[in-house]
Amino acid sequence: MIDILDQYGLLLLMGQYPYGPLGGLALTLFIAVAGLVISFPLAVLVGVARTSPFRGFRVFAGVIVNAVRGLPVLLLIFWAYFIVPLVIGHSISGITTVICALVLYELAFMGEVVRAGIEAIPKGQVEAARGIGMTYGQTMRKVVLPQAIVNMTPSILNQFINLIKNTSLGYIISVNELTYAAYQVNAQLLTKPFEVYLILAATYFLICWSLSLAIGKLEKSINARRHSVPRSA
Amino acid sequence: MELLNFGAVLQGKYLGWLAAGAAMALGLFAASWVAGFLIALLLLALRESGVRLFEAFAQAFVAYHRNVPQLVQVFLWYFGVPQLLPDAWQAWINGQNSEFVLVWIALSLNCAAYMSEDLRSGLRSLPHTQLEAARAIGMTYLQSMRIVLVPQALRAAFPPLVNQSLSLFKSTSLAMTVGLAEVTYASRQIENETYRTFEAFALASAFYWICSFALTAAGYYWSERLQTAGRRA
Repeated sequence: MIDILDQYGLLLLMGQYPYGPLGGLALTLFIAVAGLVISFPLAVLVGVARTSPFRGFRVFAGVIVNAVRGLPVLLLIFWAYFIVPLVIGHSISGITTVICALVLYELAFMGEVVRAGIEAIPKGQVEAARGIGMTYGQTMRKVVLPQAIVNMTPSILNQFINLIKNTSLGYIISVNELTYAAYQVNAQLLTKPFEVYLILAATYFLICWSLSLAIGKLEKSINARRHSVPRSA
Repeated sequence: MELLNFGAVLQGKYLGWLAAGAAMALGLFAASWVAGFLIALLLLALRESGVRLFEAFAQAFVAYHRNVPQLVQVFLWYFGVPQLLPDAWQAWINGQNSEFVLVWIALSLNCAAYMSEDLRSGLRSLPHTQLEAARAIGMTYLQSMRIVLVPQALRAAFPPLVNQSLSLFKSTSLAMTVGLAEVTYASRQIENETYRTFEAFALASAFYWICSFALTAAGYYWSERLQTAGRRA
């Protein structure tokens, strides 16, 4: 196993870079981070629309969320592969395709996280804000969302772990992320599939597991702070 | 080529592929659900056994399945594990319908890890006094589990279990990556032959939507029934 890492470790870590395109683990993390950064603001919009006083927004966002949640990510990737070039008029790279599909997926799942975060803010807060004359938009922007987003940071970071795991599906359209890189290493070695895929699984495990431990710590400290703040403050 | 023509796809061998794919997806789902649930009960028993070694095993099992992409789990079983078996077994496995069995194992184990956590939090949501009262009226540990605690835990764990079932159902699409002809695979195949991408993906999506909706509705119906049963008891 050491010899596989010795020979192909760098390839798994960052592909052909700097002599060729970025790949491997570095590309996996790039796609996941891009997915998170793009989907987060959209998810906030979805969450706000889901809790909006306007029926039209609620229904529209609800339909999107439920439609996305009913489909496997693989199918979302195929849809993105087919639809996005039609919409923007030119073909796109595999990486962009995967990012589009994952953003769509997270828009639904993270949108639900945001919705839960908004709904968990006590009603009195909204009433008080409205009572001192804030508009609905101001109430959301200045009172509800800042608190909701702090409270739901752990859940959003959990979605980041989900994103990292889902980048592996880029394999199906030959995006050279970690899983595809390992698949190619396996194709070259031919005789050691167990070792190669064990290394692959261990890599994902180390990253996601350490992230989830860190998130657990963060969650505890956020909860502790929430409960230590006196209610009148 | 006309813009939309579902008739061209819903006929002859294409219809046959879709139907066979749907049957395969549902079969894989049902088989993995049953196996997953049974293994989840076993994991729960290990986790709550009070034996340090068993608890650590169950914990590691859950951590592995939560922090490694499901696709990689499938690859490890499909490409990796046969390598560890004696040559004669390998030859035998390759002669059989190995895709189904190996993907089934991978999906069942993954599902079991998540379900055992759902069941455990259901169990932990019950007050301690339930067990104490059951023991006090002379029930054995197993009796109090079976008659008093587990039925209540199941009720509490029901909504997350429905969610997990939905997620398992969507995960059956991963089987296409190792060449098992389920729905997503069939739609891909039809697309390759007819170039009717939209129709092919739309039919596969409709299948997932209908089944997801049916699962959610069934889950809702049963959880209502369970709640009333709980009140009556």
